[in-house]
Amino acid sequence: MKENMISRGRYGNYGGQYIPETLMNELIHLEESYEFYRKDKDFLKELDTLFKEYAGRPSLLYYAEKMTKDLGGAKIYLKREDLNHTGSHKINNVLGQALLAKKMGKTRLIAETGAGQHGVATATAAALFGMECEIFMGEEDTERQALNVYRMELLGAKVHPVKSGTRTLKDAVNETMREWASRVDDTLYVLGSVMGPHPFPMIVRDFQSVISREARAQILEKEGKLPSAVVACVGGGSNAMGAFYNFIEDKEVRLIGCEAAGKGVDTALTAATIATGSVGIFHGMKSYFCQDEFGQIAPVYSISAGLDYPGIGPEHAYLHDTGRAEYVPVTDDEAVAAFEYMARTEGIICAIESAHAIAHVQKIAGSMDRDDIIIVNISGRGDKDVAAIARYRGRDIHE
Amino acid sequence: MSKIREAFANGKAFIAFLTAGDPTAECTVNYILEIEKAGADLIEIGIPFSDPTAEGVVIQEASLRALKGGMTTEGVFQIVEEVRKKSQVPLALMTYLNPVFHYGYEAFFSRCQSLGVDGIIVPDLPFEEKGEVEEVAARFGVDVVSLIAPTSKERIRLIAKEAKGFIYVVSSMGVTGVRSKITTDIDGMVKEIRAVTDTPCAIGFGISTPEQAAEMAGYADGVIVGSAIVKLIEKNGANAEEELYRYVSSMKAAIK
Repeated sequence: MKENMISRGRYGNYGGQYIPETLMNELIHLEESYEFYRKDKDFLKELDTLFKEYAGRPSLLYYAEKMTKDLGGAKIYLKREDLNHTGSHKINNVLGQALLAKKMGKTRLIAETGAGQHGVATATAAALFGMECEIFMGEEDTERQALNVYRMELLGAKVHPVKSGTRTLKDAVNETMREWASRVDDTLYVLGSVMGPHPFPMIVRDFQSVISREARAQILEKEGKLPSAVVACVGGGSNAMGAFYNFIEDKEVRLIGCEAAGKGVDTALTAATIATGSVGIFHGMKSYFCQDEFGQIAPVYSISAGLDYPGIGPEHAYLHDTGRAEYVPVTDDEAVAAFEYMARTEGIICAIESAHAIAHVQKIAGSMDRDDIIIVNISGRGDKDVAAIARYRGRDIHE
Repeated sequence: MSKIREAFANGKAFIAFLTAGDPTAECTVNYILEIEKAGADLIEIGIPFSDPTAEGVVIQEASLRALKGGMTTEGVFQIVEEVRKKSQVPLALMTYLNPVFHYGYEAFFSRCQSLGVDGIIVPDLPFEEKGEVEEVAARFGVDVVSLIAPTSKERIRLIAKEAKGFIYVVSSMGVTGVRSKITTDIDGMVKEIRAVTDTPCAIGFGISTPEQAAEMAGYADGVIVGSAIVKLIEKNGANAEEELYRYVSSMKAAIK
């Protein structure tokens, strides 16, 4: 596998370690530990066992026959990360990082969460490994996803509602970084996406790359050829990076990331970073961000709490600049319609995040040939979103 | 000798921080002049940033108040311009890298030079990334201040050897803000620094009382106080001159 990382922690011009000195030694320690364990047979075997016996991997690659017929073009396969334990791809990264934390002698995990999927996954791993766990979640998100807050508490985690700034995901990241800077000795910040300072974008990508490793083998077995396109939703970009990674060298495979456009890319109520953002330096990395002309980070909006982030991981920024991957905006309206379409057509209630990818597949599949194949990553299940979708449709249902 | 070194030329230095535009640009100009009169040797002016990840809640809120009031990087330079009409006190800007990146490194440091800004402190620019601005800042004669933290250990010598202006010794883990006690082995850190450089050391994070200031000044060449000053401004709004004068005088007296 060719490495996009051109020099240490850099994807082209992107990435880096723009982080306070207090955390630098800890990041170096994390990088050194990871470099050792990524090649350690016992570590890899333990992780593989966790994936198989605990998370339920490999996840299915399911042929969506009804959807394929309905859209009348490319053959559509769904990579079912929603069937993983805890209901999303987040568990892949969390099991890897928690195992790494254990090897490093850490006893406490902290993490940010948006929709709550990463928080639930981290709380789950902490319970499994017998570690302390504290989750930082924007106050607004704790209201949008109250059930996930209770779920994390059931798993033994302490949930801190973050009241600063816009009270959403970026503020949760700010607060988790502040917490980590105050206590590093026994604590690992289990970052939830392919973002932040090096080595996080690399570590999270590697643990998530199991998605494309499986999907590539599965499609070759089922169809005897590679897909024409891989489609995934992108906030920070971990499920997309995981779904893209092992296809990057296969130049004939289009890689398409679907950003949350919110109310539209021509409005202020959007979270589409590539479509509306510019290059900047924030949260430890150089990448694209939604921000104003002075470099103040913009408040972002999406119906999906998991995509409601003003930045994108540095490797995505690089894949965008080099043209290897395409990034397209998908609005709330389109995502909600796709959420309903999936439920009715395939009997799958997917996460509103994943519905952004489905919406784009609805747009492109029909104009593709019947012997084209699209793999779309269903990053998570949609139970958490049902009440919000009902409210979006004017039914006053609360969890 | 850069202007920053002058700040350490009259005994132990008292370094004061305040956020530009909190509550207004006019107030910031007046407060800087008042703080200088009260004995501050160097003044750090914070360019507000939307997401100050190294700050505690006091400076976070001051930053948001300033941004709501319309403060911009350009607005901060105008504050400096006003101050420079009346004062030659050494000045440093404190901000995060993104506002500097967006202003343009070349434009930013050339503006610093022409207005007489002597240094810049950027908490999210560690040793590994200083290449981002090092060359251009040096070309315009602006010192990029290095921070050393309780976790720096073997990095202390590495950082100190190349430090410019002064070294910001971070007293405690975590973020800025008032602390009742500082437990780090500051003395050990400063000794390690002094083994490789004569660049002055100032201690910041958590210092608010004259007693703490006196103790910390015993270990180093100066102390930095931010949150305690910002709190006084938060409390008194547009009428903070008197309290600022009283507070800064008492702090300077404590470290003399």
